[in-house]
Amino acid sequence: MRVALFATCLGDTLFPEAVKATAVLLTRLGQEVVFPPGQTCCGQMHVNTGYQADALPLVRNYTADFADESIDAVVAPSGSCVGSIRHQHEIVAERYGDRSLRERVERAGAKTYELSEFLVDVLGVTDVGARFPHRVTYHPTCHSLRMLRVGDKPLRLLEQVREIDLVELPRAEECCGFGGTFALKNSETSTAMLSDKMRAVTTTGAEFCSAGDSSCLMHIGGGLSRLRTGTGTVHLAEILASTEQRFRSEEEVSA
Amino acid sequence: MSSAFLGFPTPPPRAPYATGHLRGDQSFPEAAHTALDDTQQRRNLGKATATIRGKRDQVADELPDWEELRSAGSALKADVLARLPELLERFEREVTERGGVVHWARDADEANEIVTRLVADKDSDEVLKVKSMATQEIGLNEHLGSAGISPVETDLAELIVQLGADRPSHILVPAIHRNRAEIRDIFLREMPGVDPNLDDDPVRLAEEARKYLRSKFMSTRVAISGANFGVADTGTLSVVESEGNGRMCLTMPETLITVMGIEKLVPSFTDLEVFLQLLPRSSTGERMNPYTSMWTGVTEGDGPEEFHLVLLDNGRSATLADGVGREALQCIRCSACLNVCPVYERTGGKAYGSTYPGPIGAVLTPQLAGMHESRDDPNASLPYASSLCGACYDVCPVKIDIPSLLVELRHQHVEQSRYTAEAAMMRASSLAMSSAKRFTKAQRASRLGRVLGGADGRISALPPPLNAWTSARDLPAPPKRTFREWWDSEDGREAVRAARREAERGES
Repeated sequence: MRVALFATCLGDTLFPEAVKATAVLLTRLGQEVVFPPGQTCCGQMHVNTGYQADALPLVRNYTADFADESIDAVVAPSGSCVGSIRHQHEIVAERYGDRSLRERVERAGAKTYELSEFLVDVLGVTDVGARFPHRVTYHPTCHSLRMLRVGDKPLRLLEQVREIDLVELPRAEECCGFGGTFALKNSETSTAMLSDKMRAVTTTGAEFCSAGDSSCLMHIGGGLSRLRTGTGTVHLAEILASTEQRFRSEEEVSA
Repeated sequence: MSSAFLGFPTPPPRAPYATGHLRGDQSFPEAAHTALDDTQQRRNLGKATATIRGKRDQVADELPDWEELRSAGSALKADVLARLPELLERFEREVTERGGVVHWARDADEANEIVTRLVADKDSDEVLKVKSMATQEIGLNEHLGSAGISPVETDLAELIVQLGADRPSHILVPAIHRNRAEIRDIFLREMPGVDPNLDDDPVRLAEEARKYLRSKFMSTRVAISGANFGVADTGTLSVVESEGNGRMCLTMPETLITVMGIEKLVPSFTDLEVFLQLLPRSSTGERMNPYTSMWTGVTEGDGPEEFHLVLLDNGRSATLADGVGREALQCIRCSACLNVCPVYERTGGKAYGSTYPGPIGAVLTPQLAGMHESRDDPNASLPYASSLCGACYDVCPVKIDIPSLLVELRHQHVEQSRYTAEAAMMRASSLAMSSAKRFTKAQRASRLGRVLGGADGRISALPPPLNAWTSARDLPAPPKRTFREWWDSEDGREAVRAARREAERGES
């Protein structure tokens, strides 16, 4: 399959390791991975903060690249961005767009997948040949869980990873408190939610908290780092792309 | 032929600005700041919501057709909203034919005046009350008080709130923020004739409240209730509760006055089958509520001699007129969304400044009472009081898509607001990300952020408004290379070639 990578603005700019891992993993699984260079951002921040008119150019830009018929599927290492593409692009196109935009939105949305969905539902694999000899707990993230209904797909993938010590996260389904601009507009409530999430993570004794969204990991990781807990975060894609030679590049370690 | 001038269309009525409890005096973040500091309340709320959540999950899972019931409830309510005028007229006719008197109230002021006049007509200076969200919404108790009439709340939790001169913080459990030691103190301080040696044993607390309320039931001639459902076909009204005090109020006094929001209708009696399964399981986690009262008009020699029904709009028509937001009127006030909401669990209900707290309140309140009635209207902060985690949508018994409604209200807020610094930031970022050329330029600029990072690559302090982030969280410094730079580099190409070789080895 010809699989287009959607890096997401946050992944491209701040968390390239998760996107690199996705690219390498999909290639290793036999897919022809392409990166349409015109891509930028899905516009979720604008829609969720109330700026639908400002999301319109981003929706147009997304469909310009990904509605293309030469692309069989689009994969993004982010449940919330995929959720936005599938559920919010239609709202914006309906409100401001013309018929051709609405058609492109539908075409692009229908073939856009979050990583675990693509691996399990489209490629039909749960064992991707990964090895990650660490104690890990998994935070399912709200949009993967409730907007995309990915269910236990990420866990089924993680369970097949060699030498991983996967430990259950208490109250896993509860929001970490990120919520995009919610973390700024309601910073104190967001922090209260984060505190409880961090307590849940650290009680597991895990070395890493993993998730399928860099944004949630930025939040949880930012808190864990501030408190010097010694617990790190790692994107699901990075675990799945880890093999005998640990995938994380020298560059990242020295950064 | 001359054409008749029909006049300019008038906007549907909203709840009045200064009457009732549909607007706080602080924005949500300000009120939440106070609430988050209250460690006792945080603990009380966390414990109570976790208990109710657990019970609800258990009894919802018991029903094999729970999802079908939710769909049926949602479809029934959508149908009611689609033909509300017709059903209301029918309902009015049926109630009247069975001996009830129907009053229409455009807003809280009208409803308060109607009810107060009816009570005063009976020469009564005391009135019993069944717990009611509608009368709380319009501030009826305060209005009655100003007319020299004492309302006595008969629901135990509502009584605790009333005696404590407090405000409710939950739709179903108004005193959820109180523990039993606090309740004992309130009773000792405020309840006439209470045993001075009262301890905080729940049985003893309930016993004292019962003694107090019994004397009221025996002597008061007028009662005021809300209604959970009104049946259009038969003019029947219904209240569901768990203490039986409501039933006393509905049957013992000579005059019964019911205040009901116009959206509370169901078309026919058999529709109650759906809601009487959905409501108790969603709200208290019970299979069935202990008391379900139904009454239709008046019956000679049985129950109240006089029955008045006040049909309340108070912003409901304005909500109904919104093609998207009207979905909020499907709400049956079960409070399941409050009990799963991580924001509500931390802040409690008072932070929402409204009779309707939690996720449903965040969509209902701004629609009933508006978001821009004053400069810096506190209601404008409500649609943002959510991380959009979606837990509320999953438990809603009538499938109200609360996260999508919140997003819609945020859009409406932005459309109606003056241009702000935030809007400028959003416009700028939209422009920067509308093409890859501009985006890569912005990415290069953001790399300047690397200088903010310490030796460990962590950013711990940012200027406003981003200091709201770094007050409690670090941020990683931007990496040396973006993904697209890596992809276009020899390293990137080599990594992909290596992965391709692995794929080929796997296949061979």
